[in-house]
Amino acid sequence: MTDKATTIIDRPVLTAKDFASDQEPKWCPGCGDHAVLQQLKNVMAELAVEPENVVIVSGIGCSSRLPYYMATYGVHGIHGRALPMATGRYSLSICVIHFIHTLIIKPDLNVILFNYEIYGLTKGQYSPTSKIGLRTVTSPSGVIDQPFNTAALTIGSGGSFFARAFDRDGKFLRSLLKRAALHKGTSLVEIYQNCPIFNNAAFEAFATPDNKADHTVYLEQDKPLVFGKEKNKGIILDGFKPVVVDLDKEGLSTSDLWVHNESDINKASILAHFADAEFLPRPFGVFYAETRISYEDALTAQICDAQKNGHGTLEELLKGDSSYEIK
Amino acid sequence: MTDTTKTTRQVNVTSKTSVSVLFAGDSGDGMQLTGTQFANTVAVRGSELNTFPNFPSEIRAPAGTIAGVSGFQLQFSSKPVYTPGARFDVMVAMNSAALKANLKDLHRGGIIIAGTEGFDEKNLKLAGYPEGANPLEDGSLSNYIVFPVPVLQLTREALKESGLSSKEVDRCKNMFVLGLLYWLYSLPLEGTIETLKTKFQKNVQMAEANIKAMKSGYFFGDETELFANLGRFDIAPQKQHGIYRRVTGNEACAIALTAAAKKAGLELFLGSYPITPATEILQTLAKKKKYGVKTFQAEDEIAGIVSSIGAAYGGALAATNTSGPGLALKTEALGLAVILEVPLVVINVQRGGPSTGLPTKPEQSDLLMAMYGRHGEAPLPVVAAHSPVDCFYTTYEAARIAVEHMTPVICLSDGYLALSSEPWKVESPDNLSEINPRFQPARKPEDSPYLPYKRDDRLVRSWAIPGTKGLEHRIGGLEKQNETGNVSHDPENHELMTKLRAEKIARIAETIPLQAIDNGQQKGDLLVLGWGSSYGAIKTAVEQALEEGYSVAHAHLRYIHPFPKNLGEILGNFKRVLIPEMNSGQLIHIIRDTFLIAPVGYSKVQGVPFNEMEILAKITDLIKEIE
Repeated sequence: MTDKATTIIDRPVLTAKDFASDQEPKWCPGCGDHAVLQQLKNVMAELAVEPENVVIVSGIGCSSRLPYYMATYGVHGIHGRALPMATGRYSLSICVIHFIHTLIIKPDLNVILFNYEIYGLTKGQYSPTSKIGLRTVTSPSGVIDQPFNTAALTIGSGGSFFARAFDRDGKFLRSLLKRAALHKGTSLVEIYQNCPIFNNAAFEAFATPDNKADHTVYLEQDKPLVFGKEKNKGIILDGFKPVVVDLDKEGLSTSDLWVHNESDINKASILAHFADAEFLPRPFGVFYAETRISYEDALTAQICDAQKNGHGTLEELLKGDSSYEIK
Repeated sequence: MTDTTKTTRQVNVTSKTSVSVLFAGDSGDGMQLTGTQFANTVAVRGSELNTFPNFPSEIRAPAGTIAGVSGFQLQFSSKPVYTPGARFDVMVAMNSAALKANLKDLHRGGIIIAGTEGFDEKNLKLAGYPEGANPLEDGSLSNYIVFPVPVLQLTREALKESGLSSKEVDRCKNMFVLGLLYWLYSLPLEGTIETLKTKFQKNVQMAEANIKAMKSGYFFGDETELFANLGRFDIAPQKQHGIYRRVTGNEACAIALTAAAKKAGLELFLGSYPITPATEILQTLAKKKKYGVKTFQAEDEIAGIVSSIGAAYGGALAATNTSGPGLALKTEALGLAVILEVPLVVINVQRGGPSTGLPTKPEQSDLLMAMYGRHGEAPLPVVAAHSPVDCFYTTYEAARIAVEHMTPVICLSDGYLALSSEPWKVESPDNLSEINPRFQPARKPEDSPYLPYKRDDRLVRSWAIPGTKGLEHRIGGLEKQNETGNVSHDPENHELMTKLRAEKIARIAETIPLQAIDNGQQKGDLLVLGWGSSYGAIKTAVEQALEEGYSVAHAHLRYIHPFPKNLGEILGNFKRVLIPEMNSGQLIHIIRDTFLIAPVGYSKVQGVPFNEMEILAKITDLIKEIE
């Protein structure tokens, strides 16, 4: 194996361009994938990571072509299996078993979930995040399945970091990708991603400036949950039930509102279910973040412990501990 | 020997060369432990040995029924033995179901030691004997020498002051039987006494009870008139001097992977999911952290192999182990490993199929899946182990080929090899072949671009490990342009890459040893061509046939894809070729297809290994036909 210590020499300052491979992205014009690729390159340059120390792993699908467009190491694997590949070193259908297991295995891994609410690469069939009633080529009378609630699935499966971003808000996306990169353990960033060809405007309610203000709430640590064009709406908790209040009408001030706390898993679970209620704004930002020891750190510690009295030699291995001598 | 084994009266001791023993009882009777202890004792004494456990797939099948019978068969001898014995000479039957299930495999005139409590009305009924029938009393066993021993009663008597509960006392009955067998075969008790002391370190009372039960069994043999006519036996140990260990096939696979990683200077990563009968490989490796081994119990078989592919890309010696249904799940990922051209060892411990099939029984029915079971054209090397010890050498070879030729390799074992054991003369590290990974060195900015799919004269690409400066590259499951590895849908390029991948595997034939004749002349009437665990039965049968003067030889394949270069020539030197397989004929397809000859197949698909008598009969029939 290579000696990483020798690779840090006179590194010029890297820009996003240094992370672009010589391959031209072949995504549809207007696809949110372009934006995510750009922000990934930005974040890597900003964090000054070395391209040789990054491996991007993907499964199959439009977004999974992403590794080819980055000048890092990369593996474009097979359908739904990116996470186990990344563990030895996308994602909600075939991968769901791997998805929940990766969260409990907790390798130090950044998972980016591109949520189009549709299957793009296979041309427009409904996906496990498609809304009930969505008419597609395989659901001509409308989707019957309950869509996955990605945030609830992540938090309920023991995930230690969940954040939601939006492809069209580049600056915010970038800040979340950076937070995720710095998170110790498995992080998950869900990106609401527009598929202009097969599911255009699926996220329109959160997109246009007019809609956005009333339908989204941006989460900030220790800040109250305030939203609305006039910043005059807020969320309070009535027991476990989130309620929208009008600050102007109800004689309340921001100090009466729900204050966001990333380390509160119960509140994070409530936030996760905002998506199930039409009357609640859709939360964006970091829902939940908790530091845990990563799988590789724990395994390395076990190996170090097993080797505290010396590494096993080949002789010892071959002889075993129950050998006997015939004289 | 200490005083524990001193006999009180003169009993005739008969010398024998080989004996095959079966310990059989209910799953809860502790027959596996009893057999293992007996095996350890004869091994340490220097006997040649081969063991085979046979147990049901249910953890606790209904007690007393045929389905619940658990057996441990072993053959020990003064000369090399390659099978646990086609038939056994002695059967310990702790209950009537054990007798009923195994009687057909006992030699005529063989010895039955029957625990009489297992032949009461209830047990006889559970075993399916007609009402009123008891084989111990109705004369139906007149062709055998039967010793009815009230094992439970004698154990209880011996332990009446032990202070243990009656349940705990009853559980010691297997040690009583073990002691009796030690007496019968003139074997020492010390090894087992030491083992029991270690095993029950925290429960001295239990250790003492087990030891006492064993000694009581030993003295019972000595004192009872029951064995007066039979006497005792002695099988003189003949093993060469040296340091030995006993290994099962699964243990040998695990040791080989660890050794190969050490020899190659790589870290071993095993991504795995438990499946019978392959799980012990994961279990053994999980305990090898001292050697830096990383095991990962994944959420399923697919995650097991895919995590290993990730580890291979990351520069580890990567492996995954499984059995038939698991290999089926891994096939898509195997195709990925083929097109990525990363090293990967896949150990497939075959069991009876299809589907869940016979999970605890061996079969050789995954050969064609190993050869062809992937979509697209995805050739990869296939090797097969032929004995528990050979599991080490074959797995080591699989690792060498994987690393040096940058390819996934399937290493075939089966449920018989996995659980069988034999003594292994401890191998010296110097005798293991070198394993040389072809790492790509770091690249400076002024150097020409790195080409991940540029090949050497063996058509092998280099291994660029993430973290190496200047070698950043992307690989994937999409067809890639020759040399650059960039995605390419170009028709000519796809055909070229398909041919290059196949030719790379074909050229491995240049680096593997020529096929040898295991036994017999280089030319003759009949060649018995085998692969896998049928080795012992074929070896023993051919030895016998040669002694009887037949013109026969035995060749056993380790390398099935590609074949050794001289295999065609060897096949041409015999009038007929016989291929025994524990399937409906799989190797025979490949041989016919490759060499355009018409071998004779011999199939056994019963979840039970071949025995030497079956093969010997087939050999003599065929040779008589030729003559």
